[in-house]
Amino acid sequence: MSGAPAPPVLDVRGVHKSYGATKVLHGVNLTGHAGDVLAVVGANGAGKSTLIKILAGAERMSSGELRLDGKTVALRSPHDAHTHGIRTVHQELTLVPELSVTENLLMGHYPRMLGGLINWRAAHARARVLLEGIGYGAIDPRTRAGSLTVARQQMVEIAKALVDESGEPRVLVLDEPSAVLAGADLDALFTLIRRLQERGVVIVYVSHRLAEVTELATTIVVIKDGRVVAETTPRDTDENEMIRLMAGRRPQQLYPGRRTDVGPELLSVQGLGRPGEFDDVSFALRAGEITGLFGLVGSGRSELAHCVFGARPAAEGTISAEGSRADRFRSPKDAIGAGLALVTEDRKRTGLVLGLSTEDNIGLTTLKTATRGPLVDTARRRREALAMTDRLDIRPAHCLRLPVRLLSGGNQQKAVLAKWLLTSPRVLLLDEPTRGVDMATRVEIYRMLDELARGGMAVLLISSDLTEVLGATDRVLVMREGRIAAELPSDRTSEDTVLAHAIGHAA
Amino acid sequence: MTDQLPASPRDSGQLSKNGATEATRGSWLPRIRVAGRDITLEVALAALLVAFIAIAGATTDAFLTEANVTNLLKQMVTTGLLAFGMLTVILTGGIDLSVGSVVAFSGILAAGLSAGLPVWLAMLIGAASGIGFGLVNGALVARFQLAPFVVTLAALTTVRGLAFVYSETPVAPEKAGFFELGSAAVGPVPVSTIIMIAVFLLGGIFLGRTPAGRALTAIGGSAETVRLAGIGVRRHVVLAYTISGACAGLAGVILASRVGIAQPSVGTAFELDAIAACVIGGASLAGGKGTVRATCAGVLVLALINNLLNLYDVQSFWQQVLKGLIIIAVILVQRAGRLRPAAGATTPGKGSLS
Repeated sequence: MSGAPAPPVLDVRGVHKSYGATKVLHGVNLTGHAGDVLAVVGANGAGKSTLIKILAGAERMSSGELRLDGKTVALRSPHDAHTHGIRTVHQELTLVPELSVTENLLMGHYPRMLGGLINWRAAHARARVLLEGIGYGAIDPRTRAGSLTVARQQMVEIAKALVDESGEPRVLVLDEPSAVLAGADLDALFTLIRRLQERGVVIVYVSHRLAEVTELATTIVVIKDGRVVAETTPRDTDENEMIRLMAGRRPQQLYPGRRTDVGPELLSVQGLGRPGEFDDVSFALRAGEITGLFGLVGSGRSELAHCVFGARPAAEGTISAEGSRADRFRSPKDAIGAGLALVTEDRKRTGLVLGLSTEDNIGLTTLKTATRGPLVDTARRRREALAMTDRLDIRPAHCLRLPVRLLSGGNQQKAVLAKWLLTSPRVLLLDEPTRGVDMATRVEIYRMLDELARGGMAVLLISSDLTEVLGATDRVLVMREGRIAAELPSDRTSEDTVLAHAIGHAA
Repeated sequence: MTDQLPASPRDSGQLSKNGATEATRGSWLPRIRVAGRDITLEVALAALLVAFIAIAGATTDAFLTEANVTNLLKQMVTTGLLAFGMLTVILTGGIDLSVGSVVAFSGILAAGLSAGLPVWLAMLIGAASGIGFGLVNGALVARFQLAPFVVTLAALTTVRGLAFVYSETPVAPEKAGFFELGSAAVGPVPVSTIIMIAVFLLGGIFLGRTPAGRALTAIGGSAETVRLAGIGVRRHVVLAYTISGACAGLAGVILASRVGIAQPSVGTAFELDAIAACVIGGASLAGGKGTVRATCAGVLVLALINNLLNLYDVQSFWQQVLKGLIIIAVILVQRAGRLRPAAGATTPGKGSLS
């Protein structure tokens, strides 16, 4: 492979990492020549995050070596990594929401006027050039970062990693960059990556989305249990094989075969609207059916789900469920009373209380009902939570007493599901339930949804993952610019068709 | 390890700027576990208390006298009551700066009213005034989404002003019955201390075992998660401030009764002692974290510090300096006890694959 005379840009040799007695990485190697896109894939807990942290200088390796352009470097801090040209875009956004895009981008390196004051005109102009230079010219640098959509914030985050006083990046590490991107935003990212490739930057691309990996990568590195179990290229492998390598076993079918047995209508939404978000949205959810809702970022999907759930008021339209009297739900409490449940997009902020134990989190929805006299019925809550951890296979086994933040992403998501299943909902709304969730857990979630639907539940699966939104559902609603643009049968629709409707190019 | 987060997203990169990780930083203090629960903090606080008492007992004869112990028990009542109220507010992620002023107002109101009303009724109305202030604070915070710091800062000055409006000069109640609450004792234990202990016990059950108490803690962690779970967030926030106000009202009445005179200027900076007690007990000002038991220990620590410095006859300004330094020291020790090896708490790698 390395017949080239120049040493590889990035050469990670035999990296070990232990936390106390726990070994997380066992001699990981990673080699990237100029222009390589190294896709790192692995299930949750495989060690990807630790590897990223080491590259970013946030953690130090226990043993091993990191060479840049043939020279050994020691990364003692994120600052070290930065000055050596290793730039990392973490999954969690790190922008200061109250500051403008310009301030976030230039932070500490503002152009000055006479007397030392910041020259804002020049600063904004500079930021604009920087954004345009990487194809993100649509973002106004004067905007407050916090007011941007998550996708846009992610773009600024990437821009921030690229523009720097200490010179060109040599290595760009992207941790699940596409988790919040869809459609044109994703295309912009891919274009940017290809451009960086041409400039000789090594991209380390960590993603759960195997289709992207296949499209982008020059090298695919599969990590399992802290070891590299395969190094291959998109040509020599396919998604099924990657999943098999990651999970260490042949995946049964990714999506359970849906055999639709549709029952009565459980939720009906008529002409729902909220100015600036969505307009005249009508659909119905029926017992036994899994309905997908696809839309690009900004199409109003999440806002719609919150509105249906009573978490934000609608301006017009009606929502009716069995047993609901009013036109709409005035609060989540009303919606829950009518048999609805909402698994939100942002598990860490609105799905869980991270500091509380898993048991407390699972018991949140039944806090007011699982009581004995004036007190919380701890025994009953423990029993119910235990039954749920069994049913959903939430790990580790003693997780109930652990703060839920210590659980892996997949298990956190299961805890959110457990919380809602305890309310015995008839209508289950899920907003991106598989984001940041490993493949094995995804398969479990799909199976769980199938099982729930078969049990007579109506399920709405909001997703920006095309494969998922078609594979795990019976029919798909496509949202575009705040309206339902199409309703398509999942088994007879191609991904292209869905995307075409979402973008607005459908014939 | 992929999705095992550090304590919070902001810890992920920045925490390690100087190369130290959570794992290395917290490791110098051995972890103590009982039945899987980490009780290092509790043990550290208990050890601290024992150390204080031992040093005091060994170095001054005045400490372990009945008079001093009774005095100590009485002195901590005010901070104790305020600290419990403060804890309920802090758990929601808020803060109540108005409690010191409420102490002054409720005391002077009770003292003033006792001239024309039965003592018990005057005291009841005095204490209830605290509930009123708490309700207003809570309503402003919850209903209008104002910052707790600002709302209660405004209340601090408003209520203090009202106390002076009610009476510029100290009010000395004449009925002997007024002094009973603060001076009566069951054996060596003052009644006021018993009231405080009762508040702690009931408060512990309230916060730890009732739906409302659990909701308060969860709100401090993530109010939106709680709201989406169908629990009324506003109602609980109002409740927290009302409890704090009620505690301050009660504390004010007891203090006036103990001292024998109600001053409009009393209680200045009491809110800071209450906050300090919570923080020494490990409560997080960001909300969602803190227990009554540990806050109780925090109250004891503060009371002992005050008492000892008095016994050693330390000049009062130096007392303030020392108290501040001791608080910092205690919190540093406590912090070391809280940081734990990041990976040790779970079984990494096993969590996600099934």
